[in-house]
Amino acid sequence: MAELNTLNNEWVLTWLRRSAEVVARHKSELSELDRLIGDGDHGENLDRGFSAVLAKLDAEPPATPGDALKLVAMTLMSKVGGAAGPLYGTAYLRAATAVGGTLELDAPLLAVMLTAARDGLVARGKAEPRDKTMVDAWTPAVDAAAASVAAGAHPTEVLAAAAAAAEQGAEDTIPLVAHKGRASYLGERSAGHKDPGAASSALLLRAAADTAAGYGAEEAQQ
Amino acid sequence: MTVGLVVVSHSAKLAEGVVEVAGQMAKDVRFAAAGGTDDGGIGTSLDKVMTGIEAVQTGAGVLVVCDLGSAVMTAESALEFLGNPDDVRVADAPLVEGTVAAAVAAQSGRGLAQVCTAAEQSLAGHGSASAPADSSSAPANTESVTADVELINPLGLHARPAATLAGGLGKLDVDVTINGMDGQSVMMLMALGAGKGTVLHVVATGADAEKAVGFVTQEVSAGFGEL
Repeated sequence: MAELNTLNNEWVLTWLRRSAEVVARHKSELSELDRLIGDGDHGENLDRGFSAVLAKLDAEPPATPGDALKLVAMTLMSKVGGAAGPLYGTAYLRAATAVGGTLELDAPLLAVMLTAARDGLVARGKAEPRDKTMVDAWTPAVDAAAASVAAGAHPTEVLAAAAAAAEQGAEDTIPLVAHKGRASYLGERSAGHKDPGAASSALLLRAAADTAAGYGAEEAQQ
Repeated sequence: MTVGLVVVSHSAKLAEGVVEVAGQMAKDVRFAAAGGTDDGGIGTSLDKVMTGIEAVQTGAGVLVVCDLGSAVMTAESALEFLGNPDDVRVADAPLVEGTVAAAVAAQSGRGLAQVCTAAEQSLAGHGSASAPADSSSAPANTESVTADVELINPLGLHARPAATLAGGLGKLDVDVTINGMDGQSVMMLMALGAGKGTVLHVVATGADAEKAVGFVTQEVSAGFGEL
C-alpha cells in the first residue's frame, strides 16, 4: 500500500465524521464508565457535542484543517456541558492553532498538533500524568507519535502509533486513584475502573488513525 | 460605569438566583447569568459565557465568577477564545459569597483588580480560620477616630445593611474596622453575625476617617431605614 506523505482537509473532515460515529456507537459504554466514578453523562454529553459538530459540517464544510478543528472546538465547548467540553474544546483549539493555515499535514506537523492538543488539556484541566484523566491517554500518544516521527514514519503510521499508545494508556488508568475531576471525590474507590475521558480520547485518536489508514488505501486505489 | 459581573453556573436557576441576590445590593452593576447548557440542561456553555461577557462589558472590565470545576474551565476557555483580554478576569472565589462581595465592590466604584480581590477574599471572615482585620497593622502615627454604636434595627447587620455600610465606606479614603472586621467588605461584616443590641466598635484612620465614622453612626442609629 502506498503511504501518503501528507494528510489533507478531506482527512480531517472524514476523521471528525468518524469521531461522531464512534462516539455515538460507544455512548452507553462511556456513560457507564462515568457512572462508576463520575456523574454518568460523559457518553451522552460527548455524543451531543459531536452530533452538533456533524450538523455544522453538513451545513458548511470548513475549507481548511485549521478551520475544521476550530469549529469542533467552538461546538464542543458550547454543547457538551460537562468538563469534557472545555477540555476537548481547548485541545481542538490548540490543535487548530498548531496547524494554522496549512493545507497538507505531514508527519512532524501531526505530532506537533497532537502535542499542542495535549498541552491544551493540561493547561485547562491542570492534571498531572497518573491523575486518572484524559492526559493519561494523550501523553503516551504524544510520546509515541514523536518517536514514530523520529523514526521517519509516514502520517498513517504516526497516527496508528498514537492510537495504540492512547488505548494502552486508557487501560493503564484502571488501577489508578483519581486526583482530578468528579472522580477524585471517590478517592481510593475510583481505582479499578477505566477513566471515561481517557477511554473517549483513545476512541478519537483511533478514529484518526483508522481514517488515515482507510483514506490512504482509497487514495492508493485511485 | 462599573465593573460588570458574569455568573457561571451548571444550573440556569442557580446563576439567575445568585444574580438576584447580588443585584439587590448593587443596583448600578450589570450582571449576566450564564447558567446551564444551550438546551437548558445541567452544565455550562461557552456561548452563554461569551455572550454574557459582551453584555456586561461597559469598558470598566468584567469579572467572571463560577461554581464547580468545569464552569471555571469554560470561563477560562472563553477568555482564551477572546484572546485573553486584560479587562476580563475569572475569580477564584465561591459563587454566592464571591459574587455578592464583587457586586458591592463594583457598586462602590472599585476597579477590576479590587473587585476580583473582594470576590476572592469573600470567605476570609467565615469559620474558625477567620482572620479579623488586625487593627495593630494600621500605621501607628495616624490618629484614629472611633465610635461605639448600638444596632437597633430588628434584624441587625444582615445582608442589606452590611452592603450599605461596605458600599458607603468603600467610596471613602479610609481604613476602617467594625468589631475588628474590614468595614469595606460586605462578607466580613455579615460574618460578624451582629444582631439587634450588638454594639459596633468602629475604628477609622485616613483622610476620611471622621466622615466614615459619621456615616456608620448615622446609618446604624437610623436603623438602616428599617424601623
